Amino acid sequence: MSALIEAKGLSVAYGPAAPVLNHVNFTLHPGEIVTIVGPNGSGKSTLVRALLGMVPAQQGNVSRARGLRVGYVPQKLHLDPNLPLSVARFLRLNRKLSGDEIAHLLSRTGASGLEKREMATLSGGQLQRVMLARALAGDPQLLVLDEPTQGLDQPGTAAFYRLIEAVRQEINCAVLSVSHDLHVVMSASDRVVCLNGHVCCEGTPSVVSNAPEYRALFGMGTQGALALYQHHHDHGTDHPDHPHDHETCSHDH
Amino acid sequence: MIIDAFVLRALAAGLMAALAAAPLGCFVVWRRMAYFGDATAHAAILGVALALGFDVSIFVGTLATAFAMALFVSALAGRGWAMDTTLGVLAHSALALGLVAASFLSGVRVDLTAFLFGDILTVRGSELWGMAAGTLGVLALMAWRWEALLTATISEDLALSLGLKPERERLILTLALALAVAVSLKVVGALLIGALLVVPPATARVFAKAPEGMALGAVIVAALAVVMGLGASLNWDTPAGPSIVVAAAGLFVAALAAGALRGGRQR
Repeated sequence: MSALIEAKGLSVAYGPAAPVLNHVNFTLHPGEIVTIVGPNGSGKSTLVRALLGMVPAQQGNVSRARGLRVGYVPQKLHLDPNLPLSVARFLRLNRKLSGDEIAHLLSRTGASGLEKREMATLSGGQLQRVMLARALAGDPQLLVLDEPTQGLDQPGTAAFYRLIEAVRQEINCAVLSVSHDLHVVMSASDRVVCLNGHVCCEGTPSVVSNAPEYRALFGMGTQGALALYQHHHDHGTDHPDHPHDHETCSHDH
Repeated sequence: MIIDAFVLRALAAGLMAALAAAPLGCFVVWRRMAYFGDATAHAAILGVALALGFDVSIFVGTLATAFAMALFVSALAGRGWAMDTTLGVLAHSALALGLVAASFLSGVRVDLTAFLFGDILTVRGSELWGMAAGTLGVLALMAWRWEALLTATISEDLALSLGLKPERERLILTLALALAVAVSLKVVGALLIGALLVVPPATARVFAKAPEGMALGAVIVAALAVVMGLGASLNWDTPAGPSIVVAAAGLFVAALAAGALRGGRQR
């Protein structure tokens, strides 16, 4: 089998409720970068979890390459402040690593020197890099990222995606990521899969964003609800009649 | 002072309860299960009543009831009931039901105070064996599943991706909790087992740098509290179980103060 993971007619349901995923066909090839997008509740995370065997399939089947090494970056960690957990100890969970290996892993993800920091005190960006370092520890053939940029601002998101690209260049693994942002995906994606209980459409980022199914699901842009605001002024001056939305501004300062 | 056999037995019982409760208590703290521990402990009173009614060992009766209670709570939580409310209903109902059931026992009059607040000074040699088995059971479960329990505590998804089963780890914690309740019942009583689970780990947290260090620190704090509480009880004739918990609380306050002083100097 040449594919890393192949799902055929995959349906997944939680309890007696209507299935979250309906007859999804999905194939992931070695070295491929695939991003899954979809509205809330479209089954993005469920698809990833079913592909990894973390939730059982109700119908259809999922086959994974024999001995597939997966590096999984979870959506979030439950870190109680009463749990004293250093970064080094986190990397060692269920895995034997030497001090040198830990230092090397952290340097690869731009998190050097964080070994002794407590996990609960890390910033969002640092936490993502540490979780990525952990995922890289098993020399994965496939890196799986569930909404990795949640809670990161735009420069943080861009930096994290650049880091993923650099890591992929280095070890040539496949990357399967879920994006919570419908409009911003890794530009390096070979394929974007637009999901809404079933696969609406898939293709390169530009093909998907022009597909009628994608437009029907997400509309044209954000229909004015959000704006990409271009600042043509420096921030020393004040524009009381001209408020700008920092949540969506999209240029470099 | 002459150390009598009953004092040694009390000390052994107290130290075993410390060993069983402290490492497990760390998970109770990390997973925010303090109320869950309380509900399981309160169910032990019902276990005592049932054990006396059906003439089985009190250790076995409390163990079975506490385990059943813990399973029941887990099942209800899985059905989407708000955990806080579920536990509030069950913890107090189990306690009240136990007290009512005990009142129906004819013949021997049962002194429930011993089970509510502990009666460590009357521990018999035969009881120590059951407690030792329970303590070994908890420690074996903790040592065997430590890494998996820790991973499942930090992220169930991460545990799943490593091929672990978080549900199984939860069941193991539940079983360990029931064992610890059965071991600690005679030491601090059903009403104060929750304190024995939570206070020593909270005290150890002030200085701990790693999960394992916190578990070890919690054992030391709990053992110290047992020795101090027993000493106070013998010297001043205070009730032993509550004295142990007061000693643990005193150590907690001392640790907080020491931690604040040390932190202040660093800054």
